Amino acid sequence: MRDKHKRDQPRIFKDSQAGPVSKAMPLFAMQPILRRIVRHVATLHPELFERLEDSCRKHFLIDAKGMPFLLLLRPDPDNLMLVAKSRHEEIPYDVLVSGKFKTLLRMIDSKTDSDALFFNRDIMVTGDTEAIVALRNALDDMDATLADDVATAFGPLRGPVRASIDAATKIVGSRT
Amino acid sequence: MSDLIKPELVCPAGTPASLRTAVDAGANSVYCGFKGPTNARNFPGLNFSKKELSESVKYAHDKDAMVLAAINSFPTAGRTDIWKQAVDDAVEIGVDAVIIADIGMAKYVAEQHPNQRLHLSVQAGASSPEAINFYVERFNVKRVVLPRILTVPEIKRVHDAIDCEIEAFVFGNIGMMAEGRCSLTNYVTGISTNMDGVCSPASHVDYEPDDDDGLTTRLGDFAIDCISCGETAGYPTICKGRYDTAHKKNYYAFEEPISLNLTRLLPDLMRAGVTALKIEGRQRSRAYIRSVVSAFRDAVDAYAAGDEPDITELIALTEGHKETQGAFKSKSWR
Repeated sequence: MRDKHKRDQPRIFKDSQAGPVSKAMPLFAMQPILRRIVRHVATLHPELFERLEDSCRKHFLIDAKGMPFLLLLRPDPDNLMLVAKSRHEEIPYDVLVSGKFKTLLRMIDSKTDSDALFFNRDIMVTGDTEAIVALRNALDDMDATLADDVATAFGPLRGPVRASIDAATKIVGSRT
Repeated sequence: MSDLIKPELVCPAGTPASLRTAVDAGANSVYCGFKGPTNARNFPGLNFSKKELSESVKYAHDKDAMVLAAINSFPTAGRTDIWKQAVDDAVEIGVDAVIIADIGMAKYVAEQHPNQRLHLSVQAGASSPEAINFYVERFNVKRVVLPRILTVPEIKRVHDAIDCEIEAFVFGNIGMMAEGRCSLTNYVTGISTNMDGVCSPASHVDYEPDDDDGLTTRLGDFAIDCISCGETAGYPTICKGRYDTAHKKNYYAFEEPISLNLTRLLPDLMRAGVTALKIEGRQRSRAYIRSVVSAFRDAVDAYAAGDEPDITELIALTEGHKETQGAFKSKSWR
């Protein structure tokens, strides 16, 4: 039978075509913002973790094509993590999800069907399939959109932040 | 106006949010299951706790929609308590019907909860009047979900010979295996579609990309498809994989990735006496449910009003971007 142990071992992401923009990106400035966002979403949606079960301890690497960095998520309620990673790093992960930024955002916000995106090859998933199916289903049970939740993480600034997200989505979406 | 009687639109939900989406999109009833092996869509992160189902039933009832609890996998020896508990919980919550496949569970519902409306799952594989009437007479089954192997004229003949309602699938995943009897996943993974409630468990699925934007799909130790750049993909099931055989290379030995789409046959199904039209896809997203349920709500209403519906957008949601009318149109579809 299949070697479950081997499959459970983290994979390593390497981007041999990472450009200079990625190297110059000051990621340290983003980390506290990402930390604030993931903690806020976790507070708003504790039911997410029930649906994730053991998959909450997995590392989900999100590769939005055209973006100069990647996002690494560990949705563990006891040890939450969302960090930006340079494309020049070798990054251990359990699941890699890749696709255009706009496509990924629309999928997370349940505006488009992830199975249809996969059938059409608009997104790619490799690694621990069980973990990504659990995360997809957990996110799909959220009534609010992630963009709304991210905006509300910034309190009184939620209006401008939401407008910035919409603008960024349009700009990045048109480029990728 | 046409002379067609508007059928019940039965829609899938894998999560509470999906259930609310289905109700809001126009479902007359929503079918869903508990977490665990008692239903045939036992995927990670999917399905309902008892509390979630209770809240969801209230939401549906407040909007005049019904909730059908799918407890439609087959209990194995020594594990029947899990299925009995699921039935007891569903009845206590106040679901509008329990959908079962196992004959023992049918007996349990009939004896322990005689006032509970009982539906016979497609997983029971009952397609003849003799089989269906057996369940009706012995267990007071009120509705049968027909296997996807009958033509519309055959459905009409079954309808005329049975004493219960008919529910027919009209959209979504379709398999050519005998419903409730497929053991392909069990053979490869040791996990049973019919007893553990999951076909091609995600824990055993791997997607391996290559340098040419191709993709190899594996289930357990077996490569079941190699998709080249630009090709559409399908579900990672053995029955929809491509294989090399002695007489042909790299072809769909069982069936192609394809979805059932009976929108054009809806008037015929209504005239054949089908009470309820079922959309497959409890494992699909809210976006899918919103689109498909809305489209079928419009289509059913349009046909009932004597109009011609616009059904062009449904193809984007089909598996492999291909659709079929399956055996409903002709037995020679494969």
